[in-house]
Amino acid sequence: MPREGSPWTGVSAVSFKEMADHFSSARIRILVVLILLTAGGAVYAAIENIRATTSQDPFLFLRLFTVARDPVPSFVGFLGFLIPLIAIAIAFDSVNGELSHRTMSRVLSQPIYRDAFLLGKFLGGFATLAICLVALWLLVIGFGMLTLGLPPSGEEIARAVAFLVVAILYAGVWLALALALSVGLRSATTSALAALAIWLVFAFFWSLLVPVATNLLINAGPDDPQGLLAKVDLAQALGRISPNTLFGESAIALLNPATRTLGPVFMAQLNRALIGAPLPFGESLLLIWPQLVGLGAAVVLLFTLAYALFQRQEIRA
Amino acid sequence: MSRPVIEATGLAKRYGGVAAVAGIDLTIDKGEVFGLLGPNGAGKTTTILMLLGLTEPTAGKVEVLGLDPLRRPLAVKRRVGYLPDQVGFYGNLSGAENLRYTARLAGIERAEADRRIKAAAERVGIAEAIQRRVAGYSHGMRQRLGLAEILVKQAEIAILDEPTGGLDPEATHEFLGLVRAFKSEGMTILLSSHLLAMVESVCDRVALFHAGKIGLAGRVEDLVREVLGGSYVINVQATGPNVEARLRTLEGVSSLQPDGPGHWRIEADRDLRPAVARAVVEGGGALTGIALARLGLDDVYTRYFREVRHAA
Repeated sequence: MPREGSPWTGVSAVSFKEMADHFSSARIRILVVLILLTAGGAVYAAIENIRATTSQDPFLFLRLFTVARDPVPSFVGFLGFLIPLIAIAIAFDSVNGELSHRTMSRVLSQPIYRDAFLLGKFLGGFATLAICLVALWLLVIGFGMLTLGLPPSGEEIARAVAFLVVAILYAGVWLALALALSVGLRSATTSALAALAIWLVFAFFWSLLVPVATNLLINAGPDDPQGLLAKVDLAQALGRISPNTLFGESAIALLNPATRTLGPVFMAQLNRALIGAPLPFGESLLLIWPQLVGLGAAVVLLFTLAYALFQRQEIRA
Repeated sequence: MSRPVIEATGLAKRYGGVAAVAGIDLTIDKGEVFGLLGPNGAGKTTTILMLLGLTEPTAGKVEVLGLDPLRRPLAVKRRVGYLPDQVGFYGNLSGAENLRYTARLAGIERAEADRRIKAAAERVGIAEAIQRRVAGYSHGMRQRLGLAEILVKQAEIAILDEPTGGLDPEATHEFLGLVRAFKSEGMTILLSSHLLAMVESVCDRVALFHAGKIGLAGRVEDLVREVLGGSYVINVQATGPNVEARLRTLEGVSSLQPDGPGHWRIEADRDLRPAVARAVVEGGGALTGIALARLGLDDVYTRYFREVRHAA
C-alpha cells in the first residue's frame, strides 16, 4: 500500500539527539579514556622503536600505525580489537532500551516513520564513531609529527586517510550488528552479551577455528599440491568471513606499501619481482578493493536485517 | 453536525489465531470526551494503536480527521497527540529537553517550540520542574509532562491510554480536571481506562469493551437507563427481629442481599423506600439508615456482561 509523506522526515532530529546522548554519556567517556591510553601507549612504543632503528624508509610515518614492540601490540592491532567494543557500547541498547524505557511509542506517535527512527539511530551512532576515529587519527598524526620531527609525505597522508575510511567502515559493521541485535532481542543485557560473544568469536577464536574447519573439510597430504592450494584458498575464504580479517588485511596493504598480495604466492610469480619495493597507492587500493566492498556490504546487509526485523515488530510500549 | 473526527468500521486485529479486536464500529465527534472502557486485555490499547496507524488492522477501515492513518500516517500523527500507557521519557534529559525533542520530530521550529513548552508546562502545573531531569519526576508529573507534550503539538485529538493508571486519587482528580479544561477548548479526547467509575464523570460517551468487542456504547445516563432500566437499588440499615424476612416479602423486591450485619441491599422495580421503612418499623425494628444508591457504569458493566454470559 503506498504511503504518503517522506520516510526521511525526522532522520536528522533523531540522529542529532543520538549524537548528543552518546557524547554526554558516561559510557563513551570511559571508552575514550581507554582508547587514548591504549592508543597512546601503542604509538609511543612505536616511536621508541622507530627511533632505535633509523633506517632509510620512505614510509617512516606509516610505521607509527603498524610497528609493534613486544608486548605492546601495534596501533592498528589495538584498533582492530577496540573499535568493535566502542561500536557495541554505542548501539547494543539503542532500540530495546527505548522499549524498556517506554519512550518508543511516544516517539513513534510523532509524525515520523519507523524508517526515520532506525536510520537516525544508525546515523547518529555512525557519526559519533566517525568523529571519535577522526579525532584519534588526527591526534596520532600530530603526535607523530611532533616526536618524529618530520611531516608526512602526500602519499603517506593519502594512505593514512584511506586507512581511516577503512576503520570507519569497520566500525560501521559492528554498529549495524549491535543495532540488529538490539532490535531482535528484547532485553538490553541479552543483546549486549550476544554482541560481545560475536566479537569474542571473531577477535580471538576465528583464527583458531578456521584451520580446524579446513582440515575437516579438505584432506590433503603433503604430496598433493592441488589439495594444499585448495586448502589455503578455503582457509582464506573462511577467514574473510570475519570483519576483523578484512580490516587487518586492508590495514596491512594500505599502511605497508610493500604488500603485493594478500593470498598465496607461487615461486613463478616472484620471478623478476622486486621484493620489498613499494606499490603505488592506487595499486594498494586495488588490492584491498574486495575487502572494502565486503565491509561496506556487511554494513548494508546488517542494517537491512535490523530494518526488516524492526518493521515487523509490534510496538506496544 | 460536522463529520465525525474518528470513524472506524468493522475494525479487527488478529495476533496469530487470537482476535485482540474482533470487529468494532466507532464514531467520535469533534469536541467530545469519549471513553474506551473495559478490563485489561479487552482490546482497548490495540484499538488505539490502530487509530494512530501504529498497528495495521487485519480488517476494517479507520478514518481520523478524514484521513486514513495507514496511508497518511504523518498527516494523522501531526494532528493527533498520544499519551501511552505508562508513558516513558528520557531520564537523562530535562522535561523541557524531552519536549523539545518531540517538538523537533513534529517539525516545530526551535523558538516557537520553546514558547509553547513554557506555556504548556505552566498549564499542566509543572513549570517549576520543567528544567529538571525527568529521572527525578514522580509518576503524576510524568503524566502531566505527557499532557504538556500534546499541548505543545497543539493536537486536535488527544488519545490517552490509561491516563489515570497508578495515580493517587488526588492526582487523578486533578488530571481529570485538566482533561475537562482541554475539552472546553474544543479538543477531542479519547481516553481508555479500566477504572469505570473514575472516568464516567468526564466522558460524554463511552464504549464498553469486552473480549475485543464493544458491548455497549452511548451516553452514560442512557446506558444506565437502558441496561438497568427502571431498576432501583436501596441500601437499608436496620435492627430488629425478622427484618430480612419482612423485607423479602415486600411487593416489588426483585432481590435482597445481606451486605454486612444489619445491612441489606435491595433491588426493586420502583422506589420502595416508603414501603421498606414502613415494613421495618411495623415489624418492631429500628430503621437506622435508608438510601437510594446512585448507579454507575460499574453496575452497568457487571449487569450487562452477566447477562451476556447467561445468554451464552
